[in-house]
Amino acid sequence: MKVLFLAHTEADGSLGKSACEALGAAKGLGGELTVGLYGAEVQKAADQIAGCGAAKFLGVAGADFATARYGSDASACEAMAKAAGAEVIVMPSTARASRVAAGVAMRLGAAIDTRLTGLEAAGGTITATRWFYRQRMVGRIERDARPWLVTVDSGCFTPVEAAGSASVELLSVAVATRTTVTGVKSPAADAQTIRPEAGLLLVAGAGWGKSQADGQKHVDEAAQLILGFLGATQCSLGSSKSLVDQSGEGAALPFLTHMHQVGQTGATPRHPKGLATCCHGEEPHVVGWRFIGERRAVNLDASCGWAQGKADVLYVADAFAVMKKLGELLR
Amino acid sequence: MKGLQIVVLGSIVPDPLQTLEPVAGPAGPALKNEMMLPAVLDPWAGHALYEAANLARKVEGKAYLVALGPKAKLQQVMMSVAQKAPFELVVLDGPAGGFTDAAETARALAGAVEKIPGLDKSKLLLFGGWQSASRGTGAVLSMVGELLGITDQFQGVDEIKVADDGSFTVLERIEGGSYQQSACAGLPAALGWATGNLPEPPNNPQVGMANMRLIMPALAKATPAGLKGEGLRYAGVEVPSQRRETRIVKNAPVDDIARELAEWIKA
Repeated sequence: MKVLFLAHTEADGSLGKSACEALGAAKGLGGELTVGLYGAEVQKAADQIAGCGAAKFLGVAGADFATARYGSDASACEAMAKAAGAEVIVMPSTARASRVAAGVAMRLGAAIDTRLTGLEAAGGTITATRWFYRQRMVGRIERDARPWLVTVDSGCFTPVEAAGSASVELLSVAVATRTTVTGVKSPAADAQTIRPEAGLLLVAGAGWGKSQADGQKHVDEAAQLILGFLGATQCSLGSSKSLVDQSGEGAALPFLTHMHQVGQTGATPRHPKGLATCCHGEEPHVVGWRFIGERRAVNLDASCGWAQGKADVLYVADAFAVMKKLGELLR
Repeated sequence: MKGLQIVVLGSIVPDPLQTLEPVAGPAGPALKNEMMLPAVLDPWAGHALYEAANLARKVEGKAYLVALGPKAKLQQVMMSVAQKAPFELVVLDGPAGGFTDAAETARALAGAVEKIPGLDKSKLLLFGGWQSASRGTGAVLSMVGELLGITDQFQGVDEIKVADDGSFTVLERIEGGSYQQSACAGLPAALGWATGNLPEPPNNPQVGMANMRLIMPALAKATPAGLKGEGLRYAGVEVPSQRRETRIVKNAPVDDIARELAEWIKA
């Protein structure tokens, strides 16, 4: 079986963590491994994984491939896939790779499955694991069709670290696109509230925007407590849909957008630890921390569906008071 | 640019508040009581549709919704969706569940888009969700784009601004809460929407009545999607049974709780 690992390099020319994990998934299949890399330059990334056991390193490099753009990335991936003649193609589920994976599969006449959380080969059969209905059920799938292109989620496979010196065969690829990437718009470092690499996820629930014991809303205080906690811990911030919707209506925390939303209609981030505050709800919301390792929750309802059976520890307490004290301790 | 044709791909999903349970059906896995479950327009397809209708209004264009799903359920959902924004419906009758094959679905949808009367690809914007609440592959829109020869594609879009000459700029979500900004010199293009910036429009009965005059005939002449489900085998589908032993801490002083949490966070 020929396996192609296909990934883009990062802005500094290295291979990102997600890509190294995807390489781990590809290696786990056994068979003859080919590595395909694309980006502004690929040698540094190839050297980073030179000892991974690949029979061949292919590359597409140049200014045209420096940024994430469908037309150029798809052409690069298509060229390397055709050159490798692989039966199984493994890519990471990064924003850049996910943008082109399906289109590349269509160009190759390949079957595609995305966001796999498991991939294993046994007895000549490859079984892939992925989630359905927004992480509410998990399925194992098999296909006879080849080539088969898959993308794998981050945090599910052991990353490959095998530095050395690799010899890369560079392919020449013509680019036909009318798209120009003009820049990246990032929040200021001190305003950054989404941090995928953070060790902790703070989930803010609708309770922060509700009337408190004195019958009044304390939105400004809630904002200060949450931002203070984020500043002290550098954790990532997620929110329930209801609180994000309140923010959209100008009624609650102004720094929340739909990009913070976790759960059935939001993201399902992966962090080692998660702390949920003022969160209430059942399965549709709880899927938001399906992939959080250690989980703790603070709210006033001991029988809350968000926490019962889903969290390791539930503190039945006023989150305003707990977060205020916690912020002081962590500062 | 006037006269844009904005085609939105989107279908229905079970209401997120419903409990979902997989069962083994004759053609593979399905949801228990699937046809009885209340359905809604997929949230991401909804965002795409509302953005399409808003853009169409600005440029004197037209929005289409191409939906593959069981037409009886589609009819129910359209009763409410039709009141939100003006659009013309194209229906393919077939399964809309999460266990169908993305490529097969894409081929069926591409065929339906090609058959839209008067379709002018030089004025075509293909919209859809960058994810869905069913299969969630994020693959169908991109494949339909490829099948239609559209090689300028964007995913995780929250904003598009179209200039008079047909060029446009796009904001796409990337990692870490950032946006990638791109400019494209012309149409056609495919855009997979994240949430966009528009709220869900309020119900407008007049829009609903105007839409339903076209929606009912469209449902009546829905063509079978012809999905065979070949090539994709399910070795099993299950609801994860992971249940944690939750330690409940009640009546503890705030200081103690905060101290315990601080130690846990620092560990």
